[in-house]
Amino acid sequence: MSNIQDIVGDLDALTDDNADQYLTFILAGEEYAIDILRVQEIKGWDKVTTLPRTPDYLQGVINLRGTIVPIIDLRKRFNMPTIVYGPTTVVIVLKVLGEEHDRIMGIIVDGVSDVHNLKHESIKPAPEIKGSIDSRFVSGLTTIDNKMVVVMDIDTLLNSSDLSVEDNVA
Amino acid sequence: MTIDLSQFKQTFIEESDEGLDVLESGLLALDSGSADDEVIHAVFRAAHSIKGGAGTFGLNEIAGFTHVMETLLDEMRDGRRAISKQGINILLNSVDVLRELMDAARDDVPPEMSRANEVKGQLDALLANSEDDQTQKTEEPESPAGDQTDSEDSFSEKFSEQFSQQKGWLIRFHPHQHMLRTGNDTVRMFKELASLGDMENTADISQLPEFSLIDPELSYLSWEIILKNNETQGVIEKTVIEEIFEWVDDDCDLSIEPLISPSNEESSADIVAEVSVSPSIDTIAEVTPADTIETTNNVTPIASPPEEKTTQKKKKSSTEGGSIRVGTDKVDSLINMVGELVITQSMLSQMGDEFSMDKLEDLREGLAQLERNTRELQESVMRIRMLPISFSFQRFPRLVHDLSQKMDKKIELKMTGEQTELDKTVMEKIGDPLVHLVRNSLDHGIESPEVRVAAGKSEVGTINLNAYHQGGFIIIEIIDDGAGLPKDKLLAKAIEKGLVSPNDNLPDEKIYDLIFHPGFSTAEQVTDVSGRGVGMDVVRKNIKELGGNVDVTTEQGKGTKFTIRLPLTLAILDGQLIRVGSETYIIPLVSIIESLEIQTENVNSIAGTTEVYKMRDEYIPLVRLYEVFDVQPETTRLQDCLLVVVEGDGGKAGILVDDLLSQQQVVIKSLETNYKRLEGISGATILGDGTVALILDVSGLLSLAKKIEPVKSYANG
Repeated sequence: MSNIQDIVGDLDALTDDNADQYLTFILAGEEYAIDILRVQEIKGWDKVTTLPRTPDYLQGVINLRGTIVPIIDLRKRFNMPTIVYGPTTVVIVLKVLGEEHDRIMGIIVDGVSDVHNLKHESIKPAPEIKGSIDSRFVSGLTTIDNKMVVVMDIDTLLNSSDLSVEDNVA
Repeated sequence: MTIDLSQFKQTFIEESDEGLDVLESGLLALDSGSADDEVIHAVFRAAHSIKGGAGTFGLNEIAGFTHVMETLLDEMRDGRRAISKQGINILLNSVDVLRELMDAARDDVPPEMSRANEVKGQLDALLANSEDDQTQKTEEPESPAGDQTDSEDSFSEKFSEQFSQQKGWLIRFHPHQHMLRTGNDTVRMFKELASLGDMENTADISQLPEFSLIDPELSYLSWEIILKNNETQGVIEKTVIEEIFEWVDDDCDLSIEPLISPSNEESSADIVAEVSVSPSIDTIAEVTPADTIETTNNVTPIASPPEEKTTQKKKKSSTEGGSIRVGTDKVDSLINMVGELVITQSMLSQMGDEFSMDKLEDLREGLAQLERNTRELQESVMRIRMLPISFSFQRFPRLVHDLSQKMDKKIELKMTGEQTELDKTVMEKIGDPLVHLVRNSLDHGIESPEVRVAAGKSEVGTINLNAYHQGGFIIIEIIDDGAGLPKDKLLAKAIEKGLVSPNDNLPDEKIYDLIFHPGFSTAEQVTDVSGRGVGMDVVRKNIKELGGNVDVTTEQGKGTKFTIRLPLTLAILDGQLIRVGSETYIIPLVSIIESLEIQTENVNSIAGTTEVYKMRDEYIPLVRLYEVFDVQPETTRLQDCLLVVVEGDGGKAGILVDDLLSQQQVVIKSLETNYKRLEGISGATILGDGTVALILDVSGLLSLAKKIEPVKSYANG
């Protein structure tokens, strides 16, 4: 929660057509960025209600002011080593645009770091990615303060068939 | 000057919908001969208020159409016309037309007039036909055939053509005495008339009483107005004149005649096309001189030639109102409830301001009162969504009436329990399945009169629609006394389709259940009513989606009975909270038969895998919830567990749980909104402490349990 105060971005991006604001977060030492307009809120980790017979990265559901919101552990989603949830562990609640209707979902990340303005041209296409992060989920790579940041396509990630087709249920 | 009427238009349309329902049910009652005077009065009133409203909102098509209906109804009401089957049918068609026109008005699209004109023609013909003494035959051979289908536009074109040769209009205006009381001002009307052209006005003061007897609030005068076209303003349209008199329609005697030439005014006085007349006066077009027949045909909205019946298209009304009409008593009780809640709240907050331990008892009492208020409030709010099922049932008399005529069957529809209340959302979704079932009963169930007589039954078939509450469910039964389901045919069809093998020895219920299978129809002939084999599976699917189920029982030659079981509401359910390990689940109370402690000696296993429990004289399978849902239980030892016996689609089963917690009402939240449907889970809810608990779907859970391979043998319990 402490990071929320830090997330006061540069307002220039709002007036610049060529740039968008992105929220960056940390996952296993790597930095990822998501479109800030999709972020509904950021909240501390709290106990979830587990759903039976669902993939293990689907941590469970929480009550967000009367709405049932599913929570996804991104570390588990990408087969990264899991950690014990600590005080900086946060849930980023996102609005996911779907084909039929929009959904509210949460992702568990190690911590949120900052808000950046990224110019469209600064986001470079990602090379073919090996391993557990499918390149479909990555919309590009960019550099912030000499560090590489992965710009993530949350719609593809959270709408991916694994979440909606019964076959993949563990 | 102009008031924005559009805001009231929606209300008018909603009210008219109700009016049309009244019209329809009244007409059906008249048809079956069970009507008394009150019914025909009610029917007339409904038509009358639709006409009035439509005029106000400028829906001239509806107003004009209803006017003709009203004329016919008026004659029936006054006993000047017998209530004939033909008349009723045409009036019923008119109701359909009005519904279409209403729908068009609702969507603000120009109405489709071809059907309206056709039915209007039928009405006019009926009107013109019987009243021999008053009406000359107006079915005029010389009238051009094209007129029959002409749209309104070309009509008006026609008559502006016609009257371009005319000099103007002769208007006879005789207000009823009380007209001024309705707030209408004759001076204003005359001013408007004068603005149209050159006006000459003669007042008839013969009715004026002696000065001392004059009541200043009454109107004693009548006028004869000659309104001539003047050169600057051109031809005066008749509709414009009518509009001026629109508001006084029912409060005066009015006639508007074309002024052909000032010299033969006297002779043309007979050619009366009475446009808007009080209900007590005859509204039949009186047409006398032969040379003006054609003219009159075109001007009068009520005299147009009769027409052959053409095939009727039934359009489905697409709009479903998003609003709900609630009885005032329900709203009142809600307001009372909120009042009490406010009092309780202020009491508690006062107590909180200066709290000391000796007030603890008061606090407890206050909280208990708060709880009671909240629960009552919740119930009241729920009641608002509850509507009597008659909303769904009321369309059936018409459906049965129409279909039975079409199929030459004699069918009587009986309905009971129309006042049984049901949640609005459930009601909306149950409408179509119900219609389908009733149509099926009509088409396949009830035999033709000859067959029935041959089978020794009364030639009139009966369809019963019953609705009643049972537990937390509403039961709807559709019973016919027809032929019943043909078991052999069903079986043969199923074998032909490869659904069952010929060697299978299916119990009867299973065979009858086949009708709910997709693509299954045994109708020898596909009619436009039913028989295409789509439907029964959709019926079952829709009902299942509502958390209900549908069953069929039948007896060959005696009839068929469909039973639909539906939950009363989709929003709230009574649940039993259970605990397995650290997880809390909710089992719908309606599914639970009983809960008991396990007597281990009653547990047996079959093939070392399936466990059954002997409960009194039956064996029920055991479901270990922790295994199905893969959670860590407190114990796997049977003797430490509790058994919740539930009944679902697949029969009874015993669910093993660690503990029974409280029973409470829970608000159902969908998992699908943000995630997806899960097998065995019907939804989620939020408990008092803010955490989420899952609601079990018992039927789904049982079928899920069957699929799961047991992890180990339970041979040793």
